[in-house]
Amino acid sequence: MTLDMLPPRRRAEIVAVDWSVLAPEEAKRLQAMGIDTGARVAIAHRGIFAGRDPIALSIGRMTVALRRSHARAMTVELR
Amino acid sequence: MTRLRSAALVGNPNSGKSALFNALTGARQKIANYPGVTVERKAGRLVLPTGEPVELFDLPGSYALDAASPDEEVTRKVVLGEFPGEPKPDVLVIVLDAANLEQHLVFAQELIELGRPTVAALNMIDLAERDGLVIDAAALEQSLGIPVIPTVAVRKRGLEALLEVIESAEVHAEQDPKDHRRAHLTLPERRLAARHMANGAIISENAVHRLNARLDKVLLHPWLGPPILFALLFVIFQAVFAWSTPFADALDGAVSGLIDLANASLPAGFARDLLTQGVLSGVGSVVVFLPQILILFAFILVMEQSGYMARAAFIMDRLMAYVGLSGRSFIPLLSSFACAIPGIMATRAIADPKDRLTTILIAPLMTCSARLPVYAVVIGAFIPATSVGPGIGLQGLVLFALYLFGIVGAMVAALVLRRTATKGAASGFIMELPRYQWPPLRDLVIGLWQRAWVFLRRAGTIIFSVTVVLWLLLTFPQAAPGESQVEASFAGKIADGLEVIVRPIGFNHEIALALIPAMAAREVAVSSLATTYAVDASNDDAAAAGLVPQLQARWTLPTALAFLVWFVFAPQCLSTIAVARRETNGWKWPVFMLAYLFGLAYVFAGLTYWLAVAAGL
Repeated sequence: MTLDMLPPRRRAEIVAVDWSVLAPEEAKRLQAMGIDTGARVAIAHRGIFAGRDPIALSIGRMTVALRRSHARAMTVELR
Repeated sequence: MTRLRSAALVGNPNSGKSALFNALTGARQKIANYPGVTVERKAGRLVLPTGEPVELFDLPGSYALDAASPDEEVTRKVVLGEFPGEPKPDVLVIVLDAANLEQHLVFAQELIELGRPTVAALNMIDLAERDGLVIDAAALEQSLGIPVIPTVAVRKRGLEALLEVIESAEVHAEQDPKDHRRAHLTLPERRLAARHMANGAIISENAVHRLNARLDKVLLHPWLGPPILFALLFVIFQAVFAWSTPFADALDGAVSGLIDLANASLPAGFARDLLTQGVLSGVGSVVVFLPQILILFAFILVMEQSGYMARAAFIMDRLMAYVGLSGRSFIPLLSSFACAIPGIMATRAIADPKDRLTTILIAPLMTCSARLPVYAVVIGAFIPATSVGPGIGLQGLVLFALYLFGIVGAMVAALVLRRTATKGAASGFIMELPRYQWPPLRDLVIGLWQRAWVFLRRAGTIIFSVTVVLWLLLTFPQAAPGESQVEASFAGKIADGLEVIVRPIGFNHEIALALIPAMAAREVAVSSLATTYAVDASNDDAAAAGLVPQLQARWTLPTALAFLVWFVFAPQCLSTIAVARRETNGWKWPVFMLAYLFGLAYVFAGLTYWLAVAAGL
């Protein structure tokens, strides 16, 4: 399952990330924020407009907003 | 013998660095730019317990030394001592968010590995306690190997202890340099170490940030969030008009008092006229808008400091995506409502170059506070102060419509630009949503003071000199008896040429005249009109009556409306052009910006005029 399909407030672990579909700067930023393989995440909020984009990801004690297009590059497993 | 030492605050974004900087340095700050780049350079002076002064820098927040944006690039270079002309800081003060240790310890380790004199401030410890976290600073000190001081910047807690370790940090480092030769870790290793250190330092922890989650549940709610944001924006614009009136009236009275005093106490002649008609009526007519500008900035600062601004970006992201931008552009654009210059500078946080360029190009369409004086005078003169509903005044509504016009114009411009001039890949949006906190009053006051100072300095320099030059152009050569002074002057001759161009869109001679000095700064349009009508007034009574009755007597409603719409689009500010040139590294884009904005201004002011005339207004 990719991260964009994860139901809200369900905890999951990122098991794989396809960095090749992301811009290098974006990949760098996500990694610096700890959004990487092995990270425990949950979707806290989703936007209102078409595609319910962007999403707010809770990771540790941090909340990070990102687009569904980023989330689609990440494979997660429920924990 | 005292030696001026320097220290730098470094840390992740949202670690409370700026609040700590304000607490440590108070109002003794110097805000400038790093040479060659437009990253804000914040320096201040703190005094160590020994009385020795230290120059303190507040470096831009970064997630890593491996820079992903121009801001982070500055942090990296200054920390490593590679920034030309900048002193390499003697002491690094790492600022950690106590409630977000696992994340912030990753960058902290990278900094400690540099082997420089380093101390850490475990900041916002009160917010961590609010979230149910109890943290053992001593355990953290042990695992990091540097002094760790718990601080609450907004309440000045822990500052003295922090100053003491800053003072002794350098000494320690000189004593045992070998101690700092640490192994260099990879990012996953650092992350793992950060998790262990954070877990080891957290004594107890209950459920995650409840207050935060509860607020976000409402403010980021799919259906409640956007209406709350738009309601807030509407309240801001109503408040800018309603709350400022008593203060603006008081300032206006003070300026009139000064003019009367000068008229009564000075002998009639060139010097008195220059002072009263040139300086006082010109500069005075702009300074009276200080209250409105401060109210607008107060709202923006509160939104930033409370953490709501990032939520606004989150809500706006999807709408911005429709025109090819991201929620990140929302913050620069909202800042542009105060002034396009900080707005354009804030675009540095946008990683994508095309995205950033588009945001720079449309930033001047956001109605900046310099246009507020122009809008305020014309709306005050031509729109009746009637009520169109409970709590909604017609004047405020027209002002809101003008702001909205600028926003819609900007969105359409972005849409077109992203498909033509700034074509490129779709932009992304990655942004940390900081925890909510009560905006610290001290930081709010310091922020407002800095904005007020910038505005008054502009009034004292650019606006002052432009007003005086304009007065001279208006006063010479002297008119023959029976001839209008304005028509006879140098300025009148220049305006004659310009008038040919702007006459079709309903602009009269005085407006053509006001547009010339308004290139320096938009708000000068008001002082120019004030100066023009003061010079032209047939007697002192008319001059003393002020600008508003003069406008009502000489302008038609369609002209006034066209004038308002002109200012929605016209890029009349040399400083904005200069900043755009610096940010885009060349003249190509600023010239493009000038051309397309003047084109839009002319077309839409014209349409407004012709439609208003056709409607019989």
